[in-house]
Amino acid sequence: MNVSGWFEAVASCSSATTNSRSQALSLHPAASHRENLTSSSFKPPTPRPGHLPNMVVYAVLILNKAGGLIYQRDFNPGLQKLSSNDYLILAGTFHGVHAITSQISPTNETSSSGLEVLESENFVMRCFQTLTGTKFLIFAEPRQQNLDVVVRRVYELYADYVMKNPFYQIEMPIRSEGFDRHLNSYIKPHQ
Amino acid sequence: MNRDPSPFRTASTASTATSPTPKYANLTASTNLRYSLTRKSIYDRHLNRTKTSELSKSAFAFLFGEMVQYAQKKVYGVQDLEKKLNLHGYAVGQRFLELLLWRDGRTAKRETRILGILQFISHQLYRAIFQKQADTLEKVRENEDEYMISDNDPVVNTYISVPKEMSQLNCGAFIAGIIEAVLDGHCFPAKVTAHTAPNELWPGRTVFLIKFEPEVLEREALRVGS
Repeated sequence: MNVSGWFEAVASCSSATTNSRSQALSLHPAASHRENLTSSSFKPPTPRPGHLPNMVVYAVLILNKAGGLIYQRDFNPGLQKLSSNDYLILAGTFHGVHAITSQISPTNETSSSGLEVLESENFVMRCFQTLTGTKFLIFAEPRQQNLDVVVRRVYELYADYVMKNPFYQIEMPIRSEGFDRHLNSYIKPHQ
Repeated sequence: MNRDPSPFRTASTASTATSPTPKYANLTASTNLRYSLTRKSIYDRHLNRTKTSELSKSAFAFLFGEMVQYAQKKVYGVQDLEKKLNLHGYAVGQRFLELLLWRDGRTAKRETRILGILQFISHQLYRAIFQKQADTLEKVRENEDEYMISDNDPVVNTYISVPKEMSQLNCGAFIAGIIEAVLDGHCFPAKVTAHTAPNELWPGRTVFLIKFEPEVLEREALRVGS
């Protein structure tokens, strides 16, 4: 995607978000008033929950704290298909690499967050590790901005529709219809 | 002995030495979740105090999730689990009906007709619990004694995804229990069950099927006649 195309996408998305936001906050008259004031001035394009800018996300992977793969889902074609066994190996390998990268920080800081972004010619991968050690991996088209926003939103959906589900056993593979549905409507809203 | 870390030990020796306060005075101080600084328990508060207060949905989701898990430990099969959730709801409904009518004060009315009580449930009761009305109230055409109240997105089910092997289960059985208790409290004995009835817009739509006991219909027929 070229730069002008990106700005167009951002502009269309930011106008859409202001609309949806003022609707959501319409219960609070003071808040909607404030929204009207700011919408005329320039706003940095920050995607809101429930809205994703035109962004191609290839896949989402979730790893538990032992390095086991508990969720894997492809959203758009672009990544090579692997067998389920290979996905498990990939997850375990990444877990190991992440552990190494968090140890070999060149500065003297005791805690490093480890590997966060991996960029290649064909994709960019963003990793987010929660405080409990669960890792969220997002694979997307190269040169994507705001992937950290996406990964946090996925974390939010995980906290809502997986962790609050009484039928989910912790650290086990995720089979939650609500999570699937909401993730799909967040990542592929127009398809 | 001086370095004994037990809080009970130090407190009891301190209390005997300095003041005549009871031995376990420090216990009430540590359990101030129930007793506030003014020493008033939640039972001393006015009943209207929580009338408009709201509850965190996440906190409720976790609590309800734990309830489901707890109920799941002691049951054999889905029907048993639904019955258990229904009983939990029944206990809530009994108390809630009392509170609701008390809060209505002088305007409280005793419903004597089937339609009246169903409207009371889908409007007043629903609004008091969930701050919204039930989405539809219908009569089952085939059966004289059955009615349906539907909720497009029950609060209890928002974060719950039932696994495929338990597809019959609907945790709305808890709300069904509340409805059943309210009907019972008004002398309309009935069986209430929750069923999943998704449509395109609302994948979590739930229908509460109310089946009245025969004597209710008998009484209703007498009233219509008179």
